[in-house]
Amino acid sequence: MNTKEIIETVVLVLVLSGTLMSVLSSFGFIRLPDVYTRSHAAAKSTTLGILFILLGTFFYFWLLHGVISVRLLLGVIFVFLTAPVASHLIARSAYHHGAKLSDSSIKDDLKEELERQRREELARGQ
Amino acid sequence: MFDLLLLIAMGLLSLSIVIAMYRIIKGPSLPDRILALDSISYSIIGIVAILSIRTDTRAYLETILLIGILAFLSTIALCKFLERGVVIEHKRDH
Repeated sequence: MNTKEIIETVVLVLVLSGTLMSVLSSFGFIRLPDVYTRSHAAAKSTTLGILFILLGTFFYFWLLHGVISVRLLLGVIFVFLTAPVASHLIARSAYHHGAKLSDSSIKDDLKEELERQRREELARGQ
Repeated sequence: MFDLLLLIAMGLLSLSIVIAMYRIIKGPSLPDRILALDSISYSIIGIVAILSIRTDTRAYLETILLIGILAFLSTIALCKFLERGVVIEHKRDH
């Protein structure tokens, strides 16, 4: 086993585990009952999967060609920072849009909190 | 072997795009569709990364950054539209 094969094995392990995570998250996309659980499935595992794939690409170009690609590293950092923010925004706007929770969920903490805030604002207005 | 396994990985990512397409067509509410579009763009990022390994070139690496930025901005714009009804607000004093 020469050096090239070892590097290719490392890259393959990273890329295939990332791909597996992405595919499993998209199966969660079909199976889960409402928007909030779906956003949980999509955000966490897609972020981790894409991170693994991009790290595999980074290691491929670094170890095989000796090039540290700053653009790729920047892409990794950007995806890592923005994907959770985007998922949080989707869940927030879904709640304010009035998306229903699934029937199996038993508690809605945010609703109580919003009602409490509304009551306080009304009391302050009077 | 290396090339075949990378091809299989690209196929699996395409499968996840197809599944997200199903969610876009069927999805009961608008946030579902936004979520599916977001995850489609991340799958495209993965496919471009694997393509640049397979063709052994670094020419496509800007595309990853560009698609990432476009996905984030479009998600933010759609969420803002969903929450307030407008994307660009004229009243700025609240």
